[in-house]
Amino acid sequence: MEEMRFLRREHLPHIWCVGCGHGIVLGAVIRAMDRAGVDQDRTVVVSGIGCSSRAVGYLNMDALHTTHGRALAFATGVKLARPDLRVAVLAGDGDLAAIGGNHLIHAARRNIGITTVCFNNGIYGMTSGQYSPLTPAGYRTTTSPFGHLERDFDLCRLVQAAGATYVARSTVYHVHQTVTYVERALAHDGFSFVEVFSPCPTYFGRHNRMGDPVTMMKWLHDSAVQAGQAARMTPEELRGRVVLGEFHRTTEVPEYARSYREMIARLAEGGDQGAR
Amino acid sequence: MSQPRLMQGNEACVEGALEAGLQFFAGYPITPSTEIAEMLAERLPRAGGVFIQMEDEIASMAAVIGASLAGMRAMTATSGPGFSLKQENLGYAALTETPCVVVNVQRVGPSTGMPTSPAQGDVMQSRWGTHGDHPVVVLSPSSVMETYVLTAKAFAVADELRVPVILLTDEITGHMRERVVLPDPGTLPRPHRPLEGAAPPDIPPMVHFGEGRRVLVTGLYRDSTGFWSESPEEADRLVRRLAGKVESRQEQLTMVDRWHLDDAQVVVVAYGCVARSAQRAMRLARERGHRVGMLRLACLWPFPGHEIEALAERADRIVVPEMNLGQMVGEVERAVRGRCKVIGYSRVDTELIRPEELLPVLEGV
Ligand SMILES: Cc1ncc(C[n+]2csc(CCOP(=O)(O)OP(=O)(O)O)c2C)c(N)n1
Repeated sequence: MEEMRFLRREHLPHIWCVGCGHGIVLGAVIRAMDRAGVDQDRTVVVSGIGCSSRAVGYLNMDALHTTHGRALAFATGVKLARPDLRVAVLAGDGDLAAIGGNHLIHAARRNIGITTVCFNNGIYGMTSGQYSPLTPAGYRTTTSPFGHLERDFDLCRLVQAAGATYVARSTVYHVHQTVTYVERALAHDGFSFVEVFSPCPTYFGRHNRMGDPVTMMKWLHDSAVQAGQAARMTPEELRGRVVLGEFHRTTEVPEYARSYREMIARLAEGGDQGAR
Repeated sequence: MSQPRLMQGNEACVEGALEAGLQFFAGYPITPSTEIAEMLAERLPRAGGVFIQMEDEIASMAAVIGASLAGMRAMTATSGPGFSLKQENLGYAALTETPCVVVNVQRVGPSTGMPTSPAQGDVMQSRWGTHGDHPVVVLSPSSVMETYVLTAKAFAVADELRVPVILLTDEITGHMRERVVLPDPGTLPRPHRPLEGAAPPDIPPMVHFGEGRRVLVTGLYRDSTGFWSESPEEADRLVRRLAGKVESRQEQLTMVDRWHLDDAQVVVVAYGCVARSAQRAMRLARERGHRVGMLRLACLWPFPGHEIEALAERADRIVVPEMNLGQMVGEVERAVRGRCKVIGYSRVDTELIRPEELLPVLEGV
């Protein structure tokens, strides 16, 4: 229960619906923080707008609850101003992949030292159930009443291609795996990204005949495939399945905020004198 | 005293910002503001500060706020289209009381227009660009030297009142080169943020990230503890306090030049690049025996309504020349309330208003 020190308990209960997975993600985050030895006086958690983004308000540390989609851009300013602080972003799939998609790929490209946890419920929860870039094709939402025509992002592959140096995916059903990934992401020096599938029975479930929390949990369980197992499956067999695992981890790319400090130090020593 | 230098307005902005203690700049290139970013990309890291070119203006504004909350004095610079993109997060800075400076070197609009010709079309956007009632301070220089002074002033006001301050300049003032003599380094008063125990009653003390205070900064309305709140009373108190912070300091924020107002029958009210032409037109008219005076505005918002009211009692006519279809003139009319004639003079063909064309307007022909 050591991890409870990371919560502002006076502000509980939280705003999330019964059966929502976001509380489980938050629970995994604080356990991971405990295991990673996070100093809550030297950590800033940053979020955007959405049900998931409310998570930072319940965390007992410096917290920055920003505008929709912009968490990573705000966090970039924080990290560059105070590279000595640990910075983490907690936000939804709509926030990070739709309105904030550009900031996501650029933060990954810079390899700036920010740990990002994406609460992926495949829908816009806060605005009551419209499709997001993570809504799988065929599913119904209030704005895809006849079934969604667009394909969803593979967010992990996107972020990895953009330059992230730690990339993993889990679900709230696989909570121990989630804790492990978030812990590793927090310990990672560079842009780290963990996508966590989180059920939204209220909107996603209700529109897709999975309105009760248990059915949605079972759906997560049934559609998940571990990466090792997925490697032995055909594309046919993988259709509609969600691959979990640690997809990418490298320490070869320098962390951006540190590179910037090193440049400042070089300039202070009179380096780059002749350059114009 | 430093040596006289030939300097561009944008360059003076950089010098003023650095003298005020700028530590962080985030921006996205756009003419006619880009020189500011380019110069700071070189100067800031050499001074131990941080420069970053973000992926767009929305991100730049966000990064500036993040850096400011983490304790750095922070600024961004842009023009027209980029200024539009900054609006949502400008509102966030206003609500969260995050000090920051936003430079808008105005160009024509709407949209791309005829890039990158000068205009003064963002007077109202600078005041009301973000949604909702909010406090904001807008300073508008008319010369290169004044760009230096007002940039430094912008940081002082931003820190003291915990508000975003907009430096509303224009393509002409930004790109014009003039001879300036800057004050010696270290002679300007350093800006300071209200600290615990020393903050005025209507401005909360500034607490930065990393001080072990575990603060929550949110764009939601908040209660006195800083946590989000849905209480109508708290909402009312917050919105009124934020607006009042600037309104109640209107006199302290009034920055005007008053020329020949004692005997003036006609007063020209001008700001930014147009103030230079207007001043010349006033002189020419006086040489020809007309009792013309001028009020030049360096702080546009809060609008110095009390100055205009005083004029309305004495003058027959107030002339407001602007490089837009009449934005400030409406505000002047509001303050005059019919007590004298108010005449707008607009130019939106991308050309600067010239003194000779103003002369007949001032002389009433
Ligand atoms: C600029 C802007 N556009 C739209 C909104 C409305 N809005 C609030 S939250 C949200 C989406 C939330 O979805 P997601 O980020 O996936 O988080 P969830 O609520 O599902 O956890 C939207 C569209 C907003 N607040 N700001």
